[in-house]
Amino acid sequence: MKKELVKVVSQKKIARDIFQLVVKGDVVQMMTSPGQFVHLKVSDGYHPILRRPISIGDVDLEKNELTMLYRKEGIGTALLSEKKPGDVVDLLGPLGNGFGVNDLKKGQTALLVGGGIGVPPLYYLGKELKKRGIRIISVLGFQSAADCFYEEKFAEFSEVYVSTVDGSKGTKGFVTDVILQNSFDYDMLYSCGPTPMLKAIETNIQPEKGYFSLEERMGCGVGACFACVCHVKNGEPFDYVKICSNGPVFPIGEVEL
Amino acid sequence: MNRLEVNLPGLTMKNPIMPASGCFGFGKEYAKVYDLSVLGAIAIKATTVEPRFGNPTPRVAETNAGMLNAIGLQNPGLEGVIKNELPALERYQIPIVANIAGTTVEDYVHVARELSKHPLVSVLELNISCPNVKEGGIQFGTQAKVAHELTKQVKEVSKKPVYVKLSPNVSDIVEMAVAVEEAGADGLSMINTLLGMRIDLKTRKPILANKTGGLSGPAVKPVAIRMIYEVSQKVSIPIIGMGGIMCAEDVIEMMLAGASCVAVGTANFVDPFVCPMIIEQLPALLDRMGVEKITDIIGGSWK
Repeated sequence: MKKELVKVVSQKKIARDIFQLVVKGDVVQMMTSPGQFVHLKVSDGYHPILRRPISIGDVDLEKNELTMLYRKEGIGTALLSEKKPGDVVDLLGPLGNGFGVNDLKKGQTALLVGGGIGVPPLYYLGKELKKRGIRIISVLGFQSAADCFYEEKFAEFSEVYVSTVDGSKGTKGFVTDVILQNSFDYDMLYSCGPTPMLKAIETNIQPEKGYFSLEERMGCGVGACFACVCHVKNGEPFDYVKICSNGPVFPIGEVEL
Repeated sequence: MNRLEVNLPGLTMKNPIMPASGCFGFGKEYAKVYDLSVLGAIAIKATTVEPRFGNPTPRVAETNAGMLNAIGLQNPGLEGVIKNELPALERYQIPIVANIAGTTVEDYVHVARELSKHPLVSVLELNISCPNVKEGGIQFGTQAKVAHELTKQVKEVSKKPVYVKLSPNVSDIVEMAVAVEEAGADGLSMINTLLGMRIDLKTRKPILANKTGGLSGPAVKPVAIRMIYEVSQKVSIPIIGMGGIMCAEDVIEMMLAGASCVAVGTANFVDPFVCPMIIEQLPALLDRMGVEKITDIIGGSWK
């Protein structure tokens, strides 16, 4: 992990409130584990004061470029969406622990399940799994067609299924509906998205093996402030993990969702 | 001569900067980021008798120039701190401020007795000002008589100097400070966070699961400066100043108000390198101000 002022290469809106931001800097060389995140200071002053955790969407080690996808939602991400090519952003990272990319053998199948702004880290993951000869199925869930992004990018390395809550694209309903309807055969499930979605996967799909990447409001991003803790399954009442530093990726079944 | 050196009871510090309790865990996270031995001291997270999980999440909410937190004194408990946390700090050879909290007077006395015996603990910081727990914490810190009695009992068992961390959520901060000084406190830490709340427009409910939380960051600095200014003129024990320090200028301002050293809190979350950065910037700032050694400015605004 290090702190660096990275340079904005490009910024573009790719779906409703979804932005794709590409930055360049030496720190990118450290971003070799899909599922890790970076912590961005989006304002020069004190509003907002805290950094914003953003997942690593893609990395180009040759060009030293990092691609981030984020949803413009509050004041922090609104400021971030105003950054233009040539601007600098104060980046701390990479932080946290990523997905296990070497758990599967060549020829085995990975099921990637992303919900909304949980989709991006699965893209870098999918590329890395593909390099290792893993067969990939992707299920991407959104609210509606206007919110969909990266379907064609996931098609570069996988069979892609899309679900929307309002049925305006793909299967009407949730990612779990797609998985249940298709009864996919897979060896490992990798998922990132809102906690209710992860909960539904755990309860309705009951994957034997895999990883969940969790989201939570964060403070420091390095494990010091204890803002983003969660309970451990079958642990003592005071046992905990910190999402930022022990996660954000956890083996399925390890934490209480 | 080390112009940044400060000396307080139990604390010989090569510079006046320590990370504030609750904002630095037990040091191991930031130890991965830089060498902690550059710090003047380190204040570790509050320790209670038993391990605690703390409050449900969300535990933080941002606000203009500050943040609210309601962590709820999560910590591994006295045994865990002694066994797993303190030993890792020995290698840095810096004074350790052990913050202690509890639900009852007996809790505080027990933790104080045990932690003050530990060779690595330099001083105790009595946390009577945590606004985020239902029992204990702030209930000891808003009535002068109660704070006096608790301080007295802790002083009786403590083998190390005792600093009392004051709450700003009182009508008369000087009364509180004088009460704990009379009970034998060796120093004061001030200020803890200000009780606050934020409400989410979408859900129309408080953002924090605990509803209320403690406000910290630059937003509270003027309150801290005012309180330190008032208290330092009325007590003879030193003050560890804290509340919104972000840069070297803030350190000087707080020491001019009357603090003998400072603790940096929220700023660590914004920039993990902030403490070493401030330490590095201080000598040049002293030069610009024409100040030879930093202790010369303590209380300079009223002396």
